[in-house]
Amino acid sequence: MTSSFGRSGSVRKRRRDSPGVAGSPRRPVRFSQAVAALGLLAASITAAPEELAFEDSIAQRVQACTGCHGKEGRAASDGYYPRIAGKPAGYLLNQLRNFREGRRQYPLMVSLIDYQTDDYLREMADYFAALDLPYPSHQAPTAAGEVLRRGERLVREGDAAREIPACDQCHGRAMMGVAPAIPGLLGLPRDYINGQLGAWKSGIRHAAAPDCMAQVAQRLSTDDIRALSQWLAAQPVTLHAKPATVTLASLPLECGSVPASGGTER
Amino acid sequence: MRRIAIGILIVALMAVGAVYVLNTRDEAPPDAGTAFSVAPEQIARGAYLARAGNCEGCHTARGGMPYAGGRGIDTPFGTVYAPNLTAAAKTGLGEWTPADFWRALHNGRSRDGRLLYPAFPYPNYTHVTRADADALFAYLRSLPAVERANRPHALRFPYDHQIALAVWRALYFRPGTFVPEADRSAEWNRGAYLVQGLGHCNACHSSRNFLGATDGTLDLNGGLIPTQNWYAPSLTSTREAGLAQWDPHEIVGLLKAGVAKRGSVSGPMAAVVARSTQFLSDADLHAMAAYLKALPQSPELPVRNAKSLDATQHAQGAELYRQHCAHCHGDDGVGIPGAYPPLAGNRAVTLEPPANVVRMVLGGGFPPGTAGNPRPYGMPPFVTILGDDDIAAVISYVRDAWGNQGSPVSAFTVGRFRGHHRD
Repeated sequence: MTSSFGRSGSVRKRRRDSPGVAGSPRRPVRFSQAVAALGLLAASITAAPEELAFEDSIAQRVQACTGCHGKEGRAASDGYYPRIAGKPAGYLLNQLRNFREGRRQYPLMVSLIDYQTDDYLREMADYFAALDLPYPSHQAPTAAGEVLRRGERLVREGDAAREIPACDQCHGRAMMGVAPAIPGLLGLPRDYINGQLGAWKSGIRHAAAPDCMAQVAQRLSTDDIRALSQWLAAQPVTLHAKPATVTLASLPLECGSVPASGGTER
Repeated sequence: MRRIAIGILIVALMAVGAVYVLNTRDEAPPDAGTAFSVAPEQIARGAYLARAGNCEGCHTARGGMPYAGGRGIDTPFGTVYAPNLTAAAKTGLGEWTPADFWRALHNGRSRDGRLLYPAFPYPNYTHVTRADADALFAYLRSLPAVERANRPHALRFPYDHQIALAVWRALYFRPGTFVPEADRSAEWNRGAYLVQGLGHCNACHSSRNFLGATDGTLDLNGGLIPTQNWYAPSLTSTREAGLAQWDPHEIVGLLKAGVAKRGSVSGPMAAVVARSTQFLSDADLHAMAAYLKALPQSPELPVRNAKSLDATQHAQGAELYRQHCAHCHGDDGVGIPGAYPPLAGNRAVTLEPPANVVRMVLGGGFPPGTAGNPRPYGMPPFVTILGDDDIAAVISYVRDAWGNQGSPVSAFTVGRFRGHHRD
């Protein structure tokens, strides 16, 4: 089916033709006819501002994603859906598979990618991971300084008494994630962070077993979650910030989503 | 008085007798202890037939082990949980014989004698031949044993009782055998066997009565799929999804790749293509196409059953279309072949009821990823972008523009479907 477009990467102006005939189903106009019609019409067309050329590209194919995740994978303005541009490719692929296989629940997301192959999901993940787009400005905190300090302490030190590891032990010193599979936690909407930690804590969100993040989230109180989301969403993200690529010696917990994480539960 | 009582008693006994007889007709006692041996080609054949019936689709929980069961099938009567079909001894088919399996498929009765709920489409599978049933069983027994306890069904009273099921079966189920029609081609007969039997197409493409029964495997007149709220269009109407005027290669292409020149599959049909029909041989798909093309077509209904849009509504819808849809589907609704389906003259757009077009706009989606179309182009969901009024306006416009003759859709209708996409 895709062969009808010509070679990958070819760029073609979308075609137009005359309005349809009433009633019976129509056959689409042949490509050659369309090109001829385009030639005749080209001079008289004043394209609408959003009218861009159609191209056979992965960007074109995944436009279904940008309705919620924002143009080119930046978070949209409604404040909930997470930015996916620049997240580690392995993390994005894991999430797509988690939705497809029932470890994450969001009906809209599940129905979108339900019948796609691993190869295609990987291509989508690679595409969004490779985007390098400026981050939106951080969200001003709405909580007291004390709450923010609690959030920062959990991120930097964790809480040994409750066996909560410091977030930055896994998510990277800069909290921008570690390639290929650990996500950054900065540049995300506060509501989204609250939603995800809550889902993990209540057992709605899962990752591949052993599910290290579920163990951590279950040890967090709702006040911890509030403190974390307040602090994380308030951190500015530097231009072109990227996931770290260092090899982690060992993680504090064993994580099924992170290949060869080597860590063991303390 | 006593005479009346005796009369009632006799009628009651006769009814019980009739239900019993109708539930055990054409049932041979399972030949327990029969040695079970299979040839490798029988397993391969069974694997293919399991694809044709999309057994895995229901008998696999999301993210679960294939065929280990656990998926809930929602019905108007409650949820039926598909059981474990792996070779597990305790919870699967490990101790079943080919005769047990045949009785389940042909008579809708389980190994332990319980009647099976027709969410398992044995009103269709009863037409499957014994040889094919044995091949299916050989394949299922070759699967790695996964002990996974079966989840009890969650059905409301009285549907949770075997007696209710027995009455239902007495009313609506008869064991059958597929008898080829001598005056039809071998291809047509093969298509009929697949469509009526393993394909169980009428499980969706027909309407059901208040007890969930269809009018039989020959009825493909379309229907709203209970609880899923997708409309499976009529395969016997040129206004819906009738195929009489389609080129057979186009039909085969749609079932194989999930996309065709005139449109693509979506909703539950995307699952059917992704898990079942894309794996069928060209010969079998052509046979199904031949059968579907030859279905008697129902008489045409009057074109429009509601008023067309007034100028204000038309202009409002046209502006929304220009902003949100024209970029991919074109100013004139012609789409881009292979990527974005045409909306002008697209029957999926003008279907009555409008469930599918509303759900497509709300939820967006990709056609299924198939060997023939591995990297589909997607459509964004508009449930998060537009309100019910705007979605109703743009759909009404699309159903009315470029010669389309669908009735307008109300914001109320859009709202009814919104809940399927957002928790």
